[in-house]
Amino acid sequence: MTFQEPIEKMSGRIRELTLGSGENACTVGGQNTLSFYRWEGDMPHAPVIAMEVYDVAPVGWPESLVAAFGDALSDPAAWARVCVEKHGARLICIQLAGTDPNGADRSASEAAETVKSVADAVDVPLLVYGSGNADKDAEVLKLVAEVMADRPCAIGPATEDNYKPIAAAALAYGHVVIAETPIDVNMAKQLNILITQLGLPADKILMDPSTGAVGYGIEYSYTVSERLRLAALGQNDDMTQMPMICNLGKESWRAKEAKTSVDEEPAWGDAHKRGVLWEATTAITMAAGGADVLVMRHPEAVDLMRQAIDRLAAS
Amino acid sequence: MALSGLDIFKMLPKTNCGDCSVPTCLAFAMKLAQGQAELSSCPHVSDEAKSALGAASAPPMRAVTVGVGGTAFTVGEETVLFRHEKTFVNPCAIGVQIQSGDSDEQIGASLADAAASSFERVQMALRCGFIAVQSTGDAARFASVASRAADATSLPLILMSSDPEHMAAALDAVGTKRPLIHAATESNIDAMIELAAKHSCPMAVRASGLDAVAVLTEKAIGAGLKDLVIDSAPQDAASALRDHVFARRAALNQKFAPLGFPTISFPGEVSDGDEMLETVFGALDVVKYGSIIVLSGAEPWRMLPLLVLRQNIFTDPQRPMQAESKIYEYGTPGPDSPFFVTTNFSLTYFIVSGEIESSKAGAYLGIVESEGLSVLTAWAAGKFVPERIAKFVAASGIADKIGHREIIIPGAVAQISGELAEELDGWNVVVGPYEASDIPAFLKRRAG
Ligand code: SF4
Repeated sequence: MTFQEPIEKMSGRIRELTLGSGENACTVGGQNTLSFYRWEGDMPHAPVIAMEVYDVAPVGWPESLVAAFGDALSDPAAWARVCVEKHGARLICIQLAGTDPNGADRSASEAAETVKSVADAVDVPLLVYGSGNADKDAEVLKLVAEVMADRPCAIGPATEDNYKPIAAAALAYGHVVIAETPIDVNMAKQLNILITQLGLPADKILMDPSTGAVGYGIEYSYTVSERLRLAALGQNDDMTQMPMICNLGKESWRAKEAKTSVDEEPAWGDAHKRGVLWEATTAITMAAGGADVLVMRHPEAVDLMRQAIDRLAAS
Repeated sequence: MALSGLDIFKMLPKTNCGDCSVPTCLAFAMKLAQGQAELSSCPHVSDEAKSALGAASAPPMRAVTVGVGGTAFTVGEETVLFRHEKTFVNPCAIGVQIQSGDSDEQIGASLADAAASSFERVQMALRCGFIAVQSTGDAARFASVASRAADATSLPLILMSSDPEHMAAALDAVGTKRPLIHAATESNIDAMIELAAKHSCPMAVRASGLDAVAVLTEKAIGAGLKDLVIDSAPQDAASALRDHVFARRAALNQKFAPLGFPTISFPGEVSDGDEMLETVFGALDVVKYGSIIVLSGAEPWRMLPLLVLRQNIFTDPQRPMQAESKIYEYGTPGPDSPFFVTTNFSLTYFIVSGEIESSKAGAYLGIVESEGLSVLTAWAAGKFVPERIAKFVAASGIADKIGHREIIIPGAVAQISGELAEELDGWNVVVGPYEASDIPAFLKRRAG
């Protein structure tokens, strides 16, 4: 018996989607194979990392993260500059957590100011995530879409409950929509259908099928991503062929294994390496599951993932 | 090669006696073809048919056990490429490699790390799975370090040397512990086969590329060995991934017997000595078909993420996204123990549950049926509202278990506390932490 390479070609292809414009524009998707299976298809754009910044200074972050950014943590524009200039970020993801009505409840205009300040500070494409409060996000993202009319970005999360105003704003001002659904293949597909029915072109949708970190439901998100990818490529299912985004930085660093100090848990070993690896192992798993954009937090985790992606994407 | 249901049917007695607990021989044949039945379930099959079908009905990927006793591990026997199709069968083994040429102190430190990398999570013990001893000194040193590793940790061993004399010495010392021999190569395979047969040990076959590996496994199979492990010695991470995918597909989809074995991988070999990157590629091996994953160190900061990821990936994919609505008990709760409530979204349940568990306090957790939504979403959707919570509390029987009347609600829904107090006559509503991770501190404050 001789070994025959078991090549399995897929019939479908992921749509290409471009974030931003001009010379720093960043295109994702376009592959006709499972992630990194370059021996049987092409993956013209390797997964790309967006480094996140927050509109309000985070509290309760572990020492390792605080040390990585220092004072920049309280100034999103400065923080974004550190990400781009020092850590080579190709994308910045602004998390507008401070707009949460149950939190700092910052207004839409304050949020738009923040986005503007980051946009002025860096010239890479931006992604903007609201706080996850459906009504408030609709209000905030509408204004963000408007003030960013001359600088195409990606806005979300658009969910079942608020996709209409968000998609309408994206359509009016030329932005990409991040369509978020709660770890469910059919709901992800359905939301893509609903959004395209509003007139937003299918290549302006990034799918966010939701993410859990290692130890916190990653098996569900990994498998849902994988199934979406198999539907897109194997069954050539048009409404699942959007590139996927994975908002994993915040999930990873919520894990107690990532943020607990070695004094509190001596048995878990070095807190810095453990935290960085919690994020990086979550990232590689989701990249293998099909994520095209990885939203990440710690510069060292970002650097590790970049190296891993470079090696896996090398043919 | 795989036989169709009809091919198999032709070789069965065709009496439809039903002794296989399937009504007809044809139905039994179909099940056999799909790997859902064992040939041994038919007591009437002829010897002739048995040998013809035996090969076809063997699992496409063999299960291989390394070690003896309670710490032994079994890998392989996988049946699918993607976990949504069916639960992955045998969790990969993750362990550490040591060098026999290292100093006694260094070896002692590595063995201590391996022993210390033991965690408990969601009622499962997670630990470093084996010690791989590589011979970097003489044969006697290899044997003595292997013995020391076995005695110090009682973990299964992988013996790594391409020199049959070294391997023979180590096997004389620890061969009864069923170590994995690593590795038979093109230049030593005859001697290694002899050693594996003599000591009844599993054997890894290492060659550059899967086609070269297949040539060696065929030779070993021909010599009567069954428990083999494959190592394609990839030069880089991309080839490592490709070889894992090809090996799994060759075994399952092509039923290519020479590759129907578990794999062994060394993520450190494709990471240029960067232990962090090595861990990242180790994680990729966990999700993409690694069976035995050998790391260059066993410190808890790298073992923990990989062991937890493995625990996740090898769970039943059908496990519902909703936890059962009922009262869960932690530790040995008594009438004074705190009583929490939250929603039935499985991740919410899982996170809250883990935090209460880690606080090691006796406690009750009530899971309110809320259509699998997380706390805030469920509240917004009217599924985790005072009326429903009160109904749950009344029906749950918690009032008979606790002496107090205090209910702790998630901090995210602090706003419902007034209304809930009205619904729950005689109860005191306490607003708990916003983030589940603050539960242990919350409990400590309450106790103190
Ligand atoms: S036990 Fe054997 S002979 Fe009887 S029905 Fe089943 S397959 Fe047929």
